[in-house]
Amino acid sequence: MDVQSWTYLLVGVTFALYIGIAIWSKAASTSEFYVAEGNVNPLTNGMATAADWMSAASFLSMAGLISFMGYDGTVYLMGWTGGYVLLALLLAPYLRKFGKFTVPDFIGDRYYSQIARTVAVICALIVSFTYVAGQMRGVGLVFSKFLEVDIFWGVIIGMGIVFFYAVLGGMKGITYTQVAQYCVLIFAFMVPAFFISLQLTGNLIPQIGFGSTVNDGSGVYLLDKLDQLHTELGFAEYTSGTKSMQDVFFITVALMVGTAGLPHVIVRFFTVPKVKDARISVGYALIFIAILYTTAPAIAVFSRTNLIETVSEQPYTEMPGWFETWEETALLAWVDKNEDGLINYAPGAAIVGAPDLVKEGGEIQRGEFGEPLFSNAPTENTNELYVDRDIMVLANPEIAQLPNWVAALVAAGGLAAALSTAAGLLLVISTAVSHDLIKKQFNPDISDKAELRYARISAAVAVVVAGYFGINPPGFVGEVVAIAFGLAAASFFPAIILGIFYKKMNREGAVAGMVSGLLFTLTYIVFFKILFPEYNSPEYWWFGISPEGIGTLGMLLNLVVSVFVGMIFPEPPEEVQEMVESIRHPK
Amino acid sequence: MSERDLRGYWKKNLKYLGILLSIWFIVSYGFGILLAPALNEIRMGGFKLGFWFAQQGSIYVFVILIFVYVYLMNRLDREFGVSEEDA
Repeated sequence: MDVQSWTYLLVGVTFALYIGIAIWSKAASTSEFYVAEGNVNPLTNGMATAADWMSAASFLSMAGLISFMGYDGTVYLMGWTGGYVLLALLLAPYLRKFGKFTVPDFIGDRYYSQIARTVAVICALIVSFTYVAGQMRGVGLVFSKFLEVDIFWGVIIGMGIVFFYAVLGGMKGITYTQVAQYCVLIFAFMVPAFFISLQLTGNLIPQIGFGSTVNDGSGVYLLDKLDQLHTELGFAEYTSGTKSMQDVFFITVALMVGTAGLPHVIVRFFTVPKVKDARISVGYALIFIAILYTTAPAIAVFSRTNLIETVSEQPYTEMPGWFETWEETALLAWVDKNEDGLINYAPGAAIVGAPDLVKEGGEIQRGEFGEPLFSNAPTENTNELYVDRDIMVLANPEIAQLPNWVAALVAAGGLAAALSTAAGLLLVISTAVSHDLIKKQFNPDISDKAELRYARISAAVAVVVAGYFGINPPGFVGEVVAIAFGLAAASFFPAIILGIFYKKMNREGAVAGMVSGLLFTLTYIVFFKILFPEYNSPEYWWFGISPEGIGTLGMLLNLVVSVFVGMIFPEPPEEVQEMVESIRHPK
Repeated sequence: MSERDLRGYWKKNLKYLGILLSIWFIVSYGFGILLAPALNEIRMGGFKLGFWFAQQGSIYVFVILIFVYVYLMNRLDREFGVSEEDA
């Protein structure tokens, strides 16, 4: 069976599974819709959290990014796992004890203020919408690459599936589909990793394999070989990287703290029965996440080595079939600058901008060696190869010549990763509207049934909006991750931490802190990423901190402003201080 | 539970947090970033040690830290009689 038939089969089976779960777990009350009645087993919740958390970016893009960043890829590996320690120790148990439905719920009650609640709702909506658009795009891309379906229809199909189980089942439906999606995505991620690790190093376990010797009898360690290949071609050593130490530090902090402040992750810990369960559940979640996150750097090393060994200084005419397949989708491009027919791979961009195929009457135009031609101007340097980061995971099975079903599995896994994250985000959006705005602000007397209806309607609207952004992505889709994490770090995290650990913190301090952290971070990112990208380089950054890492400064600013403004105004009322006391222990 | 007990419980909790978060910081930011160039002089099989902490070791330590925390807090809850089972 060819890859496409396998893909149709696997994607079809997994989608049928998700729909089946949705029908089985229809939500009947707001408590079921918002937090699955607070009745989810901690192990189940851990697995659901892992799927909720690991997005299309973790599954499809991260290993590829790391393989081009080397040591610098550490920012993602530590940044997207270390936050769970903060979540377990500083947030999850206390928020579970608080025992309401949403993050704005906590902010609003703790700071006895509708303004604080509204600021929190706005932050939750901005963070979740920016994030969900990227997921829908991921769904569309997988469809278009593997099933040759138009991105438009890919997104529509993805929307339909999410619509079905998120709108019908709410948190209950989402939780159990996420468990299924975790199983699909982790299986899809690990199978190629096992195969390739065995091929390259003779060791089945990738985490050990990438620290082993190469499987060719030379006795050279794989990482040493890769460092050497890098040095020969003029790249920085793979194990050292090129980012400055303070930038690596700041980005890692921003991603960690942002992770701990993301509302769709936090609410997952409202779904377990007890405080004790919330603590252990974070531990389970991190184990499930760590399986993928410790494998990704190994895949990065394997695919980087495979890529360099396959292409560097080799004649174009002897390239394997996958090379041309990816050229024809404009994710790989070769321009023969010195006209020797060999692929010269070196640092720097090979061409100006993203590859644009030259076509006449729908036919791809080809050069002397049969290579597809691109209209982009070549650059001055000697590098002749453009490689899109995303193809590293997608092309891995083909590069390693694995069976067709493995490639199809990767497609099903990518969809599972994107859909599970999208659903979690859509739930945050719908609860922010139906619960935090309608129930808590406009119409407190609303019946449970009516609130549930509003929750479904807002989930449905959110799916459509997310789909729209998936089909027509704003020009800065790659930058939204920085925005989402930076904002979560600079707004929610300090407000929640102070709310738990600083009993005298009052509403004036918290609101001033959130607003200043939010504005500062947003301004810095928008300035460098959207308004003036030409200035986006270390010489113009504050203290050498890139926009990806600025959330760390935003968070510090939030803390400082909160504490100082808080000192000017009166202490919070007695009952709020009592509430803080009561969330500090489980009983 | 009396106010004094509660304060004792909270103080111990904060002590645990202080110790665990110090380890968290030293392993990730210390070994993985600030001291990584120095640690890279030491090797563990095919790995340079700083690189290994940055891309593998820190993640394992994160998992262990959470489970140690769960163990300590469950014990503390029982000690002060605030565990949910005592309700």
